Amino acid sequence: MFNLNKNKLITLLKVQYSNMLEYRVEIALWAISGIIPFFMLNIWTNNNLSESINLSNVMLSRYFLSAFFVRQFSVVWVVFTFEEDALLGKISPYLIQPLNPFFRYFAQHIAEQITRFPFAIIIALIFFLINPESVWVPSLSLLLLACLSTFFSFLIQFLIQSIIACFCFWTEKASSIERLLFIPTLFLSGLLAPVISFPEYVKSWIYITPFPYLIDFPANILSGNNTNIISGFFMQIFWISVLFPIFKRTWSLGTKKYTAMGS
Amino acid sequence: MKIRKYIKIYSLFLSTSIASELEYKTNVIIDFITAILSLVGSVFLLSIFFQNTDNIGGWNFEQALIIQGIYTILNGITNTWFNPNLTEIVKHIREGTLDFVLLKPLDSQFFISLKKIAPSGFLEIILGFALLFYCISINQININLGFLFLCLTTLCCSIVILYSLWFLISTTTIWFVKTWNATEVLRSFLYIGRFPLNSFSFSLRIFFSIFVPIAFITTIPSEVFLGIAQLWKILSELIVAGIFFIVSRRFWLFALKYYTSASS
Repeated sequence: MFNLNKNKLITLLKVQYSNMLEYRVEIALWAISGIIPFFMLNIWTNNNLSESINLSNVMLSRYFLSAFFVRQFSVVWVVFTFEEDALLGKISPYLIQPLNPFFRYFAQHIAEQITRFPFAIIIALIFFLINPESVWVPSLSLLLLACLSTFFSFLIQFLIQSIIACFCFWTEKASSIERLLFIPTLFLSGLLAPVISFPEYVKSWIYITPFPYLIDFPANILSGNNTNIISGFFMQIFWISVLFPIFKRTWSLGTKKYTAMGS
Repeated sequence: MKIRKYIKIYSLFLSTSIASELEYKTNVIIDFITAILSLVGSVFLLSIFFQNTDNIGGWNFEQALIIQGIYTILNGITNTWFNPNLTEIVKHIREGTLDFVLLKPLDSQFFISLKKIAPSGFLEIILGFALLFYCISINQININLGFLFLCLTTLCCSIVILYSLWFLISTTTIWFVKTWNATEVLRSFLYIGRFPLNSFSFSLRIFFSIFVPIAFITTIPSEVFLGIAQLWKILSELIVAGIFFIVSRRFWLFALKYYTSASS
């Protein structure tokens, strides 16, 4: 099912990276559209809300900056591309190729993240200019762990969306399911408010769901806030290992169901 | 005569696009659930803010709910009318089908802005109004005709401003071809409209009243609703709405001069 080797992967990445570089402005705009965490930070600090959750304003601003970064490098849009390709019948030639089309989308996402990187850095620099007191340098080991957990967060979201994308084989318009799932992701992942500020009745169950591991967990590592690193990674790997077989199964069922134009 | 013609055409637009949307019935249901969850989510977020404080930016929880209500209505209107149509502009320009729109004996802005409708946004509008009615009772607001008139006027102004913002950004497609990311930036800015303007720092407040007039879109109608808006605010909202609408119209006509179709 997945015959992939190093050469194929590198070629895919190279092609997609040059493809993405053509649309630099577009990607810069995407980066800008991710600045919601900063607006949230502004509400938190401007109304002195941070005292109540035992976080200083500086730590909170680091948290939201980290959340911005994690979000930048874990944004997934595979379902929208896949839906378009499926509707226009572009999937058929991909299916003939001896390579699972999702590798193509995966490479697109990675290439887009690489293109995004400089813009995210620029936004962070502007943030530091405005809030000089929040400048910090995470230790190398924490930085590596944060990168790893961000990548895992990206993988979880990529798998979830790929499963939804496979529903295109049955329903044509699967992106509305993605929009539905995006709502809990938005409110529960920690993008708008750190998970530790959530009321108890939510905190009691939220750590079993994948949501806090999408943004809150990597952002806490990166910003140096308290978090349980071992159990966080455990849950991330747990969710990846649950989702991957589901994806494989829906994919194989979906391709059997697939009827292209003219076949 | 002319107005009657446009009304007739619009009713045709309505029936065709509703018919085509209802083909995807499950989609409509999923969108309904999305709208409900989205409102629950924002009230949840608001309740986090109010966990340990009784006001943000001078608004207490019950008053802040009004802003949520108005935001939900406007978001529903965006999802029903602006979003499906104005993303279509990008498609028209990329695929060169804007030619066909321009050749029609109709106003092109009318055609482009109202052709489609996504009925799933209706539920959001209903939810928003329901929340507003709830707010009337918990905030003990007295309703009279003058109050209703002012509320409706400011709400209409907000809709006009919102439409103009969307339309202005979509028009830039004529030069940049791919701008649905720019509308995404607008969307993230509009997110601010869920919170009272006073809860932001001074510099952001200036930014959101002058450059992107989000303050005018939700905060002023909510103040009118609460009966605490000063007259100058209402007047300035009227003026801003007028300016934005005229500018968006002019900008469209100006941009059309630069449109070179796919084959020419």
